[in-house]
Parts: sequence; structure tokens; C-alpha cells
Amino acid sequence: MTLLLGRRGFFKWLAVAASLAIVLLSIKRFGLSPTSILEASLLAMTPLALAAMGESINERAGLVNIGLEGIFLITAALGVWFAEVTGNGWIGLLAGTVIGGLIGLIFGILSVYGKADQIILGIGINMFAIGFVPFFMMAEWAFPGIHIPPREVLITPIYTPFIKISHITILTIILAFALHYLLHKTPLGLRIKAAGEMPEALDVAGVSVEKTRILGAVISGALTGLGGAFMPLAWFGGIVKEISAGRGFIALAVLVSAGLEPLLALGFAFLFGFAEGLAFSVAVDPYIKEIVPYHLVLMIPYIITLVTVAIFVGKARFPKAIGQPYRRE
Amino acid sequence: MEKLKRFLEELLPSAVALVIGLLVGGILMYAYGYDALAAYKALFLGSFGSLYDFSETLSFAIPVMLTGITFAIGVRAGLFNIGAEGQLYMGAIGAVIAGALVQLPPLIHVAFATLVAMLFGMAWSIGPALLKVKRGVHEVISTIMFNWIAFYFVMYLAQYHLAEPGRAEKTYSVLETARYSILVEGTSLTSVLFVAIAFNIAVYMFLALTKMGFELRVYGTNPDAARYAGISDKKVMLVSFLIGGLAAGLAGGSQILGRPPTWALYGTMGNVMNLGFDGIGVALIGRNHPLGIIVASIFIGALKHGGRYMEYQVGVYSELVEAITGLIIIALAVPEIVEMVKRWRVRRRVKI
Repeated sequence: MTLLLGRRGFFKWLAVAASLAIVLLSIKRFGLSPTSILEASLLAMTPLALAAMGESINERAGLVNIGLEGIFLITAALGVWFAEVTGNGWIGLLAGTVIGGLIGLIFGILSVYGKADQIILGIGINMFAIGFVPFFMMAEWAFPGIHIPPREVLITPIYTPFIKISHITILTIILAFALHYLLHKTPLGLRIKAAGEMPEALDVAGVSVEKTRILGAVISGALTGLGGAFMPLAWFGGIVKEISAGRGFIALAVLVSAGLEPLLALGFAFLFGFAEGLAFSVAVDPYIKEIVPYHLVLMIPYIITLVTVAIFVGKARFPKAIGQPYRRE
Repeated sequence: MEKLKRFLEELLPSAVALVIGLLVGGILMYAYGYDALAAYKALFLGSFGSLYDFSETLSFAIPVMLTGITFAIGVRAGLFNIGAEGQLYMGAIGAVIAGALVQLPPLIHVAFATLVAMLFGMAWSIGPALLKVKRGVHEVISTIMFNWIAFYFVMYLAQYHLAEPGRAEKTYSVLETARYSILVEGTSLTSVLFVAIAFNIAVYMFLALTKMGFELRVYGTNPDAARYAGISDKKVMLVSFLIGGLAAGLAGGSQILGRPPTWALYGTMGNVMNLGFDGIGVALIGRNHPLGIIVASIFIGALKHGGRYMEYQVGVYSELVEAITGLIIIALAVPEIVEMVKRWRVRRRVKI
């Protein structure tokens, strides 16, 4: 709790609470529905949280994958494709997870055994996705840049008495606790942290640094892939070629703000998701649309991301061996 | 002879990566039922086959040789500045404002509009630079956020305030006085090419000859040694960001002031999109060296222009060339790939 309630930390959270209060008041002022904004926030939270939590395991083990954006894009497109071919959205989600895991595996192998520059590798993955996804969409659906799958393959949310919520959102919340437990209470978590902090010690203890790091990369890729397939199948109901819209990088911002803690990442993902959910609701509101052009509203999530990272980044402490290939002496 | 050999060694990673990129790209085409060989033939003919095509290839090379500088001068200072995209948008809108709304005598107007574009690009690089220097926010995150903010902001300006009456799909075209002259009649190659090359050479001289350039290189190769030698890391980062911003702003300006027939920005941003990210590939293939970048930009320019011909001839969607660039970057990121090729060459030589 000291992390949250240090003297400076207190003021930061006060600032967050104050801005939330302002936002809530303006919601009332403009007559927007709080339920619909909460629903939109939870949807926007889900892919951010999945990618950030997965990547927290990866970075704890010592690898940095900034190719999350590319994984989002590729798994969104392939997720829709698999869902359509099999006629089942759940298989689409599963395919996204598996393909994301595979990309993570390739990233892990190239980083660990190929001693790759991980940042450049991540840039390469993003760049590949920017080209591959439109090419793929054109080759498969013969229409440039946009595709709407049939309604049957989309995943309908659970309707509770208060709000409707996606199964995947619930899974994401459970996963946040599970990953927290894994990281801090199990031997595997200890190994993952050791691979990032002092790989030599792990090596001496007879555990493979290489395999531990690759495991981290696969977990990160798989969760990001689930988030990628979630976007078209359980959120937007269709795919455009820029569907990820920088969310892979916002997930990195979530992760940095959360100091690589999965549970805190869930919290920050909700904060960022709220910004996005609010922007969406505001952007389509006819009354507000007249006063503020929607382009300017759509900038809000990115600005909030910048401000949040700038406030919280000082707290983040990164593993000692992060980003460096492990070489046995 | 020894020098030539070293030069070729230096080129080897780029050459290997190009081969891998084109190979995997070919496999992708084949997998989706396209004739990869015919596609590459069309790509080559479409980019170098005639004076017209070569001019267009050069025209495509102009912006990416500049955004290549943005990334390269970041890397030389130990930064991953991937903000060229947003800075380029700002440069483009700056050029539209200075070129279409201001009236000046011929030569002065071009120079003025170019300068405004560069300054707009530089202004947009100050944010990530300060966040990095003051708060330690990683530039990969901040520059991408600035890219998206610029995307919506510039789109907003283009659609709401600068749209040409009656033709809402684009902004005002810049005035005749603010246009670079066309070099090859009937193509989109203009004399802004020389400005771009001059900028690259200037950056080369800056890095090679000035004290600041030296400090920047030292900091990029060994930050600890640089700090020990009393080099201010904040100054190095700031200078690197600002020069990168100038380059990207110029790249954006070149698409407005030096690109017929529109001489304007599309409301969808279609004519400037991805040019910033393409620069990353250019920088890496050119080994982050300003002169290498000029050569690499012609390669990427050829992919981009030839890609259109390829689409028209073989039906392969031209965006695939971005994927090929991505594959080349991935191959360049992995030093072991080149090591493998080297070992294989040694083994073969031993066998003979």
C-alpha cells in the first residue's frame, strides 16, 4: 500500500479522484447515461488490460515487446477470418490467442537465441502488420480496409440487471488476480522475476533463463492476441485496417504507469478505458457534436495517456536485465 | 581494396535482410494464390523501367529519406524516436497554411513555406523531448501518442478550417509561388529533391564535423562514458529530437510544396500516411548513416511506386510492400542471422 499512499502518491491519487469527479459532473450536465459510459469503458479496458498484463509477465522476465500494436492488428484480422470460416466467434477468439502466442514465441526465440534488438524487432512486427493486414483483408474479402462479419459469429455480451458485460471482460478481471498470484506467490513467478532481475542466479540454480523468457513472451503474445480478436468480435462488430488505433502503445503506457504490476495494470487499463469510453460516448452525442468537433474529442484518450504516464512513470522500477540478451559467462 | 571489403561487410546485413524480406514477401504472395515472380518483375519494371518510373521512384524517396533521418539521428543519440509520422503531419499542415494563405514573391514564398513546415515539425517534437528529459517518459510511448494527437488535430484543421470550398476532400492548394519546380515534365518529381539531399548532407556534416555532433555520437554509443566526459545527456536528447523534427517537418512540407498534381493535403491524410513509419525502415537499411539513408530511400521509394504497378499488373494489393519493409526490419533486428550467413560463407570457403 505504500506504493499508493506515499506522500506524493497521495496527491497524485487526489488529482485522479478530482478529475474523475469533474468528468462525472460533466456527464450529468450533458445528460449522458452513466451505464452506457461504464459499459463502453469496460469494453475499452479489456484489450488494454489483457495486453498490459501479459506484457508485464514478459517484461518481468526481461524481454520488452513493443510489437503489441502489430499483434493486435494481426489477431484482429485473423480472429475474424477464423470466426467466419468456422461460423463460431469463440473459435475466432481462440485463434487470436493461439496466433498471438505464436507471434510471441517467434519474438521470444529471435530475442533470446537470435540476440535481437528487441525494440527494433517490435517496430518490425508493427510495420509488418501495417502492411500485412490490408493485404490479407483485400486477398480474403476483396474489399479495401473494412470488413463486417455476419452477425451470427459475433459474441453477444452477458446481460445483467445493471449493465451488459462481455465474458472476456470478466475473464480479464479474473486473469488479473491469477497473474498477480502467479507472479508473487508461486515458484514459477519467482523464476520469471529472477530471469529479469538476475539471470545469472537463475542459471546457476539450474533453471533455463532462455525458456523462462520465451514463456513470458508467449504469455504476452497470447493475451494480446485474445485482446486483438476481442476488438472486432466482441466490441466493434467489424474490422477496419487501423482497428488497434495505437492501443498497443497505450497498453505499454498502462504497463509503465502500473510499474509492471498485473493488478495495478487492470486499474490503469480501466482508467484509460474510461477515457476512451467517454470519448466514444461524447463523440457520437448529437448535442456535444455541435459544440466540439469529434476529431478533437478523439484526441482525449491519447492526451490522458500522456498525462497519466508523465505523472506515474517516476514510480516504475524496471528489472535490471530488461531488454538485454542473456549471455552465459 | 581493404577499404572496399570493409564497406561491403558493412552492407552485408542490409543485403541479407533485403533478400529475406523479399523472399518471405514472395511466400506470402504465393500462399494467397498470386504469381510472386510476375509480381516482383512488375515491381522492378514499375520502379526502374523508364525515365517516368524512375522519376516517380525518386519522388517517393524524398519524404522517406527525411523521415529516415528523424529515426536515425534518434538512434545515433540512443533514442527510438518513432514520432516522424506526427511531426510530418504537422509539417504538411504548416506548409498548407504558409503556402496557401500567405502571399509572397516567388522564391521567397517557397523558402518561407518550407521553413514553416520544418518549424511545425520541430515544434511537435518538443513535447516528447521534454517528457523524456523532464519526466523520463519513454519516447516510444510519447511519440506514438503525439502521432495520434497530430493525426486528429491535422485532420480537424484540414476538414474544418482549410478545406477547399467545393472540393471538401482536400485542403486549399498552395499558391504557384510556393511550389517547387517540376524536374521531369509529366512526373511528380520536383526540385525539393535537392533540398532533401542537402538536408541529409547537412546532417552528415553535423554529425561528422561539429562538437555537438560528436557528443551526440559518443552519447549514443556509450552513455556512461559520455556522462563521465561531462556531456549533457539532456542537451544531446533535445538536439536529436529537434533535428529529427526539422527533418520530418520538411518531409511533410515536401509532400505539399513539392508534389504535383494536388499541391495540397487530403482530408483523409491519404497522401502523407505511413511516410513517417517508412522512414524507420529506410534508416535501418541505410545503417543509420545519412548517406546510406539516401540510397535506402531510393529502394523504399521503388517499393512504394513499383507496388502500385504491381497491384495494377498482378493484383497484389500494394500495401504488401509495407509488410515486406516490416520483414526487412525484423531481419535487421537479429544480428545472428547475418552471423549465420557469415559462418556459412566461411564453411563454404573452407570446403573449396
